[in-house]
Amino acid sequence: MTVEMSIEMTMGMQAELQRLLLKDSVSEFFVREADLLDARKFDDWLALLSDDIRYWMPMARNVAMDDFDREFTAEGLDANWMDEGIETLRQRVAQLATGVHWAEQPPSRTTHMISNLQIMSVEPDAAAPQLVTTRCRFLVYRNRLETEQDVFIGKRNDTLRREAKDWRLVRREIYLDQNVMLAKNISVFF
Amino acid sequence: MENEFDIDGLVDTENGVISRELFVNRDLFDRELDRVFARAWLLVGHEGLVPNPDDYFVSRMGKDSVILTRNRQGEILVLLNSCPHRGMKVCRYDQGNAPVFTCPYHGWSFSTNRERVDSPGALVGVPRFEEGYSGQLDREKWGLPRCPNVVNYKGSIWASWDPDAPAFEDYLGDMKLYLDTALDHRDGTPGGSEILGGVQKWRVRCNWKTVSENFAGDLYHEVSHISANLAEIGMTKGKGRREALPLRYAIGFDGLGHGGLGFPPSYEERPFEPGLYGDPEIDDYFRDIHAARVRNLGDRLRVGIVVGTIFPNMSFHADQPRSLLFAHPVSATEVELWRMYLVDADAPQSVKNMLRQYYLRYSGPGGMTEADDIENWTSVTTASEGAIARRYGFNYQLGLGKEQPVEGLRGAVQSGHYSEGNARIYYRRWAQFMKGDSWADMMPGRSDDR
Ligand code: FES
Ligand SMILES: [Fe+2]
Repeated sequence: MTVEMSIEMTMGMQAELQRLLLKDSVSEFFVREADLLDARKFDDWLALLSDDIRYWMPMARNVAMDDFDREFTAEGLDANWMDEGIETLRQRVAQLATGVHWAEQPPSRTTHMISNLQIMSVEPDAAAPQLVTTRCRFLVYRNRLETEQDVFIGKRNDTLRREAKDWRLVRREIYLDQNVMLAKNISVFF
Repeated sequence: MENEFDIDGLVDTENGVISRELFVNRDLFDRELDRVFARAWLLVGHEGLVPNPDDYFVSRMGKDSVILTRNRQGEILVLLNSCPHRGMKVCRYDQGNAPVFTCPYHGWSFSTNRERVDSPGALVGVPRFEEGYSGQLDREKWGLPRCPNVVNYKGSIWASWDPDAPAFEDYLGDMKLYLDTALDHRDGTPGGSEILGGVQKWRVRCNWKTVSENFAGDLYHEVSHISANLAEIGMTKGKGRREALPLRYAIGFDGLGHGGLGFPPSYEERPFEPGLYGDPEIDDYFRDIHAARVRNLGDRLRVGIVVGTIFPNMSFHADQPRSLLFAHPVSATEVELWRMYLVDADAPQSVKNMLRQYYLRYSGPGGMTEADDIENWTSVTTASEGAIARRYGFNYQLGLGKEQPVEGLRGAVQSGHYSEGNARIYYRRWAQFMKGDSWADMMPGRSDDR
């Protein structure tokens, strides 16, 4: 093996290592986030969101195979399930804290699961990532009162930005795999 | 054997007691499908869902799936979405454009185009027609059943399956004025509203009437919304309190079943509230709209309303938020709610954006007020299913005997701010439908004799 070849290999390994480290750090962030939600530490969860966050959950229509462009309601135009910024997410948390928000009083038990994580893009590069876009699947299980339960499953596209040595969530698109929402309300975060 | 119900025994509005059977009994539910939903005028959609020829939107009337469509001649039609051959759901997309509806099962096809058929919905294509049917089938009889009464009222589309149904505006009576406040432009000119794309649809385990009754005029449930008030979910970026409205009155239309929470007719416009929208640009827009409204309405009579219900299952928010709600029956203990949101078509995008975000954090399954209502409605239902619970009728005595006529409105009564007068009116109407009363009895003041 020549010296050049081994340098090349080392560099290749380093790039691979950086990619893995990045993915691990993003995955760790999502797991930590899910843990905060499931532990009902909503104020701590809010601290993971950037001030300019967009939190958007479109509705899905039943459309023909050749009409997929119209499957989801349009951002910034149509009605959706959720269309939030930081102020209103903070208000939702404030509502939970009132103790008289009947939809979550007594509080639901939730489990947030994330899988199929992919890093879709990195800026400027994996060595010093500042902005990352990701794609994953989510499963949010909600059980409340005696026997009520809901399972929310779908795809999530997230954008994370590096701020203060940690990630901050800048954008979350939540694509629920349902047409008629089978849950009576959305008093959980995704 | 059909179980005969003592409807008057279940609905005692004189004493303000209504049986829980109305909210849990399956046999009553089946009868409602036939006696209420197959006769009453029902909201089926909005013209904005079918702007172009051959556009369609799949809606519901009671438990029946229907196709709302616009044909090439521009007529808005409502067809039963169930193939006359073996019942297949002919149209299985939520919305789209189709020159013919072709059944996926055996391939019968149906057209609404009057250049091809005399009666829209008629059969135009039958596979193996010559070979199997000797070229003989009554194409109208075996077409998609067409709803006989369809009305486009300021963009909202209404229909009734009963050929003898009264004219829609008679059915509405003067409740029309209140419905107008949802459908008319904020500047007071008639119509002018459009719906945002996307209809919210979701399931709730409660009886459909629980929802319609709530929007017919329950100001009393304010304790349900304390958390939304404390969180201040107002219009701009969620500042300002939602309950800072003047006290509304329960105004109901006895004999028609409709009602809402609003203000009696007046000749004066309520003053503009500066700062309500937070953002100065949006504030300016609404200040101008308010000034135009004062000009446009002049010294004409006007009404204001916040929420209302048109019997049986359509409710609306008329001010901000502004939306149309369908409470589709699924079973005695389950409802499918649909919400469509309204904005003025010519409002700037920034205003539409602000309103959209406000609407969505107020109403719908993600709404910070609606989420709490829904929790109550489901609990009301499960706690009423037991044999013992069913023996205890619900109390509807709030404001009993306080009904006063409302000057300037035909057949309207108001019973103060906190009253179940509108619920009593609503269930009186329900009882008439359930007893199968004739339209002549149910619309006594009606002029026509169709
Ligand atoms: S069910 Fe429609 S063609 Fe047979
Ligand atoms: Fe409410």
